Amino acid sequence: MFDDFFIRALVAGIGVAFVTGPLGCFVVWRRLSYFGDTLAHSALLGVTMAYSFELNIAVSVFLISSIIALILIQLQKKTNLPGDALLGLLAHSSLAVGLVVIGFLTFIRFDIMGLLFGDILAVTIDDLLIIWIGGGLILLVLKLIWKPLFASTVNYELAEAEGLNPDRAKAIFTILMAAIIAISIKMVGLLLITGMLIIPAAMARNISDNPRKMIIFSIIGGLLSVIIGLFSSLEFNSPSGPSIITASLILFILSLLKIKQSIHLKN
Amino acid sequence: MSLDKNILVKLKDAGFRQNDKWLVKGVSLVVEKGKIVTLIGPNGSGKSTTAKIALGIYKKIDGKVEKYTNKVGYVPQKVSIDWTLPLRVNDFMVLTENLKDDAINEALSLTGVEHLKNKNLGTLSGGEFQRVLLARAISKKPELLVLDEPVQGVDFTGEIALYELIKKISEELNCGILLISHDLHTVMSATDHVVCLNGHVCCSGSPIDVAKNKEYKVLFGEQASQTLSIYEHRHDHVHSHEGDIKKN
Repeated sequence: MFDDFFIRALVAGIGVAFVTGPLGCFVVWRRLSYFGDTLAHSALLGVTMAYSFELNIAVSVFLISSIIALILIQLQKKTNLPGDALLGLLAHSSLAVGLVVIGFLTFIRFDIMGLLFGDILAVTIDDLLIIWIGGGLILLVLKLIWKPLFASTVNYELAEAEGLNPDRAKAIFTILMAAIIAISIKMVGLLLITGMLIIPAAMARNISDNPRKMIIFSIIGGLLSVIIGLFSSLEFNSPSGPSIITASLILFILSLLKIKQSIHLKN
Repeated sequence: MSLDKNILVKLKDAGFRQNDKWLVKGVSLVVEKGKIVTLIGPNGSGKSTTAKIALGIYKKIDGKVEKYTNKVGYVPQKVSIDWTLPLRVNDFMVLTENLKDDAINEALSLTGVEHLKNKNLGTLSGGEFQRVLLARAISKKPELLVLDEPVQGVDFTGEIALYELIKKISEELNCGILLISHDLHTVMSATDHVVCLNGHVCCSGSPIDVAKNKEYKVLFGEQASQTLSIYEHRHDHVHSHEGDIKKN
């Protein structure tokens, strides 16, 4: 019934959803959605590097995104500009530079739409390996830094005072953000990655009363979005990345009903 | 290594500067096992800053801090919990250390809030939240407790009980306590050593010595009424949804 490419797409999407679930919760808790956007925009530059120097796309995106994150941290320390202005500066300038470089690489045919919105149906076996092994590593590292990262998300000073080294956890988390963008760029595209991180987590917030539940619901939401999105993409011949995000939006809207209900119960 | 094994944290001529303004300067003090050291002084005199220096939260400091323990319990003056993070009291209790359920229950019942264990943090009153903060700090059986106005917003009878509890904990766990308090009466009765701050150390010593001290009289003679009235009218912690916690 299914063609091979569809199974690959499904396996890739499921792998990504397992990682974006917990990471997305931290993005929401730590108010990093625009930061995620910036890293994702810079990924285009990473893709052009990959084509120019014949590198693996995920590796190249990971490197460029990490560098942009480091530049951001330095700019935050050394300038008086507000954080959102710096993020905008880096996001749009790296996107622009990426597009300019693409203009120069006339000998390569780029699928711009695929880069921006994802091309999950062109996922190869190599991509699957990168997603599942890379994703596994991301989750492992997240588990290792869980305590200091979570504690400092709740209250930085408590974590620092009680000896948890929150600065190190924050730096490692930044690298994990670059890594998830690198492994999921092919699936949802650089304009939609942040949506994949935030929307299922936002949906989970509406129906959870503790952090563990929120993470579990966020993963479930991501999985459902991938499955529903891909099947509807096959059924209605809609682009896969936007279909997945639209599915997660529908789940989010449904979760609003639950909020209304609990408010109703309180009154 | 500390020469004296009883010393938990030692500040030597410590100070902290923010935006070229000294928040506090030239503070020397020692917290030892089983002893309660109390910081007093008017608003903005650098009490919380001194506590944060001792805890290692401020890193670019003047002078020296030597901390000989990592088993620390901290009750900050202000804690704002973001509503985007769903957190129950139970989740908050294990924030920095994994605890057995028994230890959580014991700490919560010591501060009288065991019934709130499964409540969401956002739904607690100021006084209830303060009791949870104290329970969390003592639950890990720390060697050093740093309590920054731990009973703010707690009702009058609760306040007395909590101060008794703090005294009891210092004896039972033999832990050192660095306490910040505006309640001069409590300070005078429960403390081993008092440090009177006003941007620098005005005077320090046993409560009786400090009470007799001329500078203390000047400081609190003129400002005590003002300080205490501000204390009574101050709101407790702020449930802010935005931004960082900033010192006054």
